[in-house]
Amino acid sequence: MTDVTTETALSPETRVPTERGMPPRRGVTDALDVVVRSIGPVVLALAAGAILLLALGRDPIAFYSNVWKGGIQLTAWQDSAMRAAPLLLIAAGLTVVFRANIWNLGYNGQFLLGAALVSGLGPSLVGDTARWTALVVLFLVAGAAGAAWTLVPALLKARYETNEIITTLMMSFIGVGIANILIKGPFQDTSVNIPQTRVLPLDKMLPAIPGTRIHVGVLVAVAAVLIVHFVLTRTSFGLRLQVLGANPRAARHMGVKVPRLIVMSFLVSGLLIGMAAATDILGIWGYVRANWNPAYGDTVIPFVFLARLNALAVVPFVAFYAVLSTGGDLATQQANLPTDFLLVLVALILLFMTVIEYLGRRRSLGASYLTPGLEQALRHSRRRRKTSR
Amino acid sequence: MSELLTRTFLTAVISGGLLAGIPLMFTALGETISERAGVLNIGLEGMMLVGAYVGFVGAYYSDSFWLGFLAGIGGGALASVFMVVLCVRLGLDQIVVGIAITLAGEGITSVLQDAQFGKSYPRLGAPSTLAIPGLSSIPVVGKSLFEQPLIVYLGLAAVALTSWVFRKTNAGLNLRAAGEKPEALDAAGVSVLATRSYAALCTGALAGLGGAYLSIVGAGTFTPFMTQGQGFMAIVIAMLARGKPLWVVCGSFLFGISLSIATALQLAGINVSTDVVNMLPFLAIMVALVAFARRSYLAPALAIPYVRGAR
Repeated sequence: MTDVTTETALSPETRVPTERGMPPRRGVTDALDVVVRSIGPVVLALAAGAILLLALGRDPIAFYSNVWKGGIQLTAWQDSAMRAAPLLLIAAGLTVVFRANIWNLGYNGQFLLGAALVSGLGPSLVGDTARWTALVVLFLVAGAAGAAWTLVPALLKARYETNEIITTLMMSFIGVGIANILIKGPFQDTSVNIPQTRVLPLDKMLPAIPGTRIHVGVLVAVAAVLIVHFVLTRTSFGLRLQVLGANPRAARHMGVKVPRLIVMSFLVSGLLIGMAAATDILGIWGYVRANWNPAYGDTVIPFVFLARLNALAVVPFVAFYAVLSTGGDLATQQANLPTDFLLVLVALILLFMTVIEYLGRRRSLGASYLTPGLEQALRHSRRRRKTSR
Repeated sequence: MSELLTRTFLTAVISGGLLAGIPLMFTALGETISERAGVLNIGLEGMMLVGAYVGFVGAYYSDSFWLGFLAGIGGGALASVFMVVLCVRLGLDQIVVGIAITLAGEGITSVLQDAQFGKSYPRLGAPSTLAIPGLSSIPVVGKSLFEQPLIVYLGLAAVALTSWVFRKTNAGLNLRAAGEKPEALDAAGVSVLATRSYAALCTGALAGLGGAYLSIVGAGTFTPFMTQGQGFMAIVIAMLARGKPLWVVCGSFLFGISLSIATALQLAGINVSTDVVNMLPFLAIMVALVAFARRSYLAPALAIPYVRGAR
């Protein structure tokens, strides 16, 4: 009994095979298991996508080779790396809340508010102050905007246990609206006909890493992921989040101030998502056009789960998706498809992930993204059935 | 203020509110059914889009609105089969699968629309309406309220029927038990999985019908992402209605009216930014949530897969 409770209380990644005390043979199968569970859905989704392409009368080989051409070959990988920067920050932000079993689905509003503020305040700010001060201030402004936008759902959840899926989604729609109002109103560049903000001068944006075109925002994103991973796995804050996610009642008994923790995790999540907007605007775009919504968060979610809520493991998945989406621009254009086709691929990854998860659970294999309480319940029922037989 | 209350304005608000409210009503009614049975359906947006696309294609090629609605129902139900198999039968995470269905619905309908109608942009004609004798001749509101396509009356009847099923029949009792205390339902000898499966299928069918109404009657055509968050709105309406179908109707028309006020204001010569107006329904929901936070109700077993013998 005790081994079950301690096992489920551990974080997903501590149950992953690298653990020291495990017998070697189990470690190998576990490693294989992790590979199958993480890479499997991606491979299956790409295969199903190929079938779908065939059904649409497109050449899947040409499509995927175009993805390679547009996402990796020559200097295209640098574009992919830059595409990955906001995705990584959003993934880190989502990991923080998902670990506490809190659903912050308001990422689009948080991201766009940050983006609108950065591109609206940016041009005048970089003109007045030193480049680095201005950039740091803009990062903080975007982060603060993202964090502020989670506050209402966070407080409602902490105080009244209002379902945060609903409140964050609603706040997201409102945030997108406000961002558009800002872009068409006070932040609009009146010298052009299309409603958009003033364009940041190139030499005031995030500088490139010497020798490449990649802006330093990518480094910021990677650093943020490392810090988040450290905090989640090596600090008491991370442990408390984990316990809250596993079992809120246990967290209360442990003496965790649950309402405060809920608000804290929401704020951190919003902060990271807002900073994602800052890297994207200050690194690549330099301005925001009205009604622009890249909806990065929608596509990041599957990879956060595939990485089993492990901030570090998210990196290769996000890198993969960054290549897919950068190359996908070229590939969908060549295949004469709307870029929304990539959404189908992402959805397929999610579906295959849940199916593989189910198959894995049937064989009672190790790590799972399910809440440990549920997992334990399932394991119990199976064990009982076995003994009764 | 006086120009606000002109005839054109009132007619525009009421008929626009009905037009925008009906898809919400169908979809929110569907969500009510599945939430009562303990299945949280986040994939409504995708199901609506699939229903809208399939319904439009059906109506366009068969030249019949009714076949279009039927096709929409079929499309939505087909999308919800994923929900049934993965979430109800296999007990997988309802939120993850719901997000997947939404993404897939958005992507697939956009790709198919581009492949089929990317260059032609066909439109449907206006549907025939049925005027209720007597009531439709009431000045100002009569024509806009009581002269509607037949499907609107059928939809209202469906709400009443659902409300009756919930309160007065065994099926309704089973459905509510599946959401309140599935163990009890199981102990009584009724299959929780079957009950929830039917509920989830109903949800898909109704969301598909809502989408089909949106494309066939509302817009007369299909455009990618045309639901614009209405699936999520429907979830909130269902939540605030606390499982009561009649409240679903009230909520849907309130939000329908807030969606239609933009065009009405423009007709009245008042120019308000569409961004402000599009935000209004969500703002209204947030205010409602903040004000009534403690009183929204969800089935205790919502979003928790039922596994026999687990505790």
